[in-house]
Amino acid sequence: MALEAAGLSEASSARPARRPAGTALLTVLSLAGLVALWAVAASLADSRVLASPAAVLAAGWADTVTGELPFNLAMTLGRVAGAFVIAMVAGTAIGLAMGLRPRLNRFFDPWLILILNVPALVVIVLAYIWFGLNEAAAIGAIAVNKIPNVVVTMREGARALDPQLAEMARVYRFSALDRLRHLILPQLQPYLAAAARSGLSLIWKIALVVELLGRSNGVGFQIHLYFQLFDVAAILAYTLAFVAVMLLIEFLLVQPLEARATRWRRRPA
Amino acid sequence: MSNPSKPAPPAGAGAPPEPSGALSVRIDEKLFRAADGGLVRAIENLAFEAPKHGFTVLIGPSGCGKTTTLRIILGLDADYRGEVRLPEREGRVAVVFQEPRLLPWRDVEANVRLALPHELRSADLDALFATLGLETMRSRFPGELSLGLARRAALARAFATEPSLLLLDEPFVSLDEMTASRLRALLVSVWSARPTTALMVTHNLREAVELADRIVFLTARPGRLRGVVDLDRPRAARDAVWREATLRAIDEAYPGIL
Repeated sequence: MALEAAGLSEASSARPARRPAGTALLTVLSLAGLVALWAVAASLADSRVLASPAAVLAAGWADTVTGELPFNLAMTLGRVAGAFVIAMVAGTAIGLAMGLRPRLNRFFDPWLILILNVPALVVIVLAYIWFGLNEAAAIGAIAVNKIPNVVVTMREGARALDPQLAEMARVYRFSALDRLRHLILPQLQPYLAAAARSGLSLIWKIALVVELLGRSNGVGFQIHLYFQLFDVAAILAYTLAFVAVMLLIEFLLVQPLEARATRWRRRPA
Repeated sequence: MSNPSKPAPPAGAGAPPEPSGALSVRIDEKLFRAADGGLVRAIENLAFEAPKHGFTVLIGPSGCGKTTTLRIILGLDADYRGEVRLPEREGRVAVVFQEPRLLPWRDVEANVRLALPHELRSADLDALFATLGLETMRSRFPGELSLGLARRAALARAFATEPSLLLLDEPFVSLDEMTASRLRALLVSVWSARPTTALMVTHNLREAVELADRIVFLTARPGRLRGVVDLDRPRAARDAVWREATLRAIDEAYPGIL
């Protein structure tokens, strides 16, 4: 038993190590190529509206020293996190209910299509008009924009649940908690991952619009400010800073979690 | 009708008697709605009993409602006319489905333990895993197992729950004959260690003659009771000669099954 465990842990630690070594290098090369292309284009254009990488870095550094960039980044990140959690929880609950109950689905499907097709801008403007220019309206508006996408994805997930395993769990009298943890969530994992992935990127884009229209801080507010000054270097600095934060979340949080959740798929027989 | 001088029985003749340890099944009618909207009669007037701590085999041509009968006993299909009386009212029921139905994202050991009630979760399963030859497979995921090994894991899960009723739905189908007979021997040894009322569905009469204390024969659709054969000989004493003789005798009485 001990031997067995040792052998398996060795195998599982050896496998992920092999992968990043090759792909990490390729990722670095790819990003370096993009920066080089940008630098060449900026030096050829030689214009204030296409700032060079160095100018963007300088603008970002200037705002980092004053503390402005970290503060606004944190404000936006907080709104993104809040809206993300609300959208995932509400969207998953609604999506599961609709996926598992055909009658409920038939009734609410037109509502879903309607909400899916309301422009983000309309939701944001209405939220501010109805609930005032406050944080709750801002985060709520972001979440409402994302919820229908989560519902659609999770509804597919609920429809794909394996009835055979559900019968097995019923015969062996799994408790409700066991059913959720060991039967339902593992089956929904790919759908949750898909909803989370597309969710994070969509939410932060909408968060910027929300900040631009009705908040006095955050990356969206800063970009609006620098837009009025036509300061492209600062606009790009804020954009890239936030993209970097999202990439860190993807690599340090989303991918390791996913690798753990799908480890049973990886090992060949 | 009622006699006041005599204490009346609780609810007359229809009251369920105390559980006897046997499984008693009565399916008066089971209908299926076909794809074209018509009703198909799957089972009709099927009644039999699986004796306490005996191994009963349900056998019949394909489509005669064997699996449906199991699903009704398991409580997975309540849409029928009739009555099923389980060996114990609150006792655990375990099943080995035709497909192993293991959770692919949990290893073999977790699959077995998850089927256990919470007070048995940390039970010592070493002996069970050893009997089934699964000691080295405990931390494997089901996707890494062959069909034969996955079936053994499903057997381990069923026996680990110490059920009062064990149902098996063609657990040896689509295995090569060597693997199947090895698995049959494993089933006998793990079942003999703790005999429980068992009902197995198969269409393989040789298998039935090797394993069963009682064989229940079903007709072609709609499934009706065709006959019951009790085999008293101890399993260990069922040599090839006896098995051949029994097979021939059964084949004469119920032609067309072999």
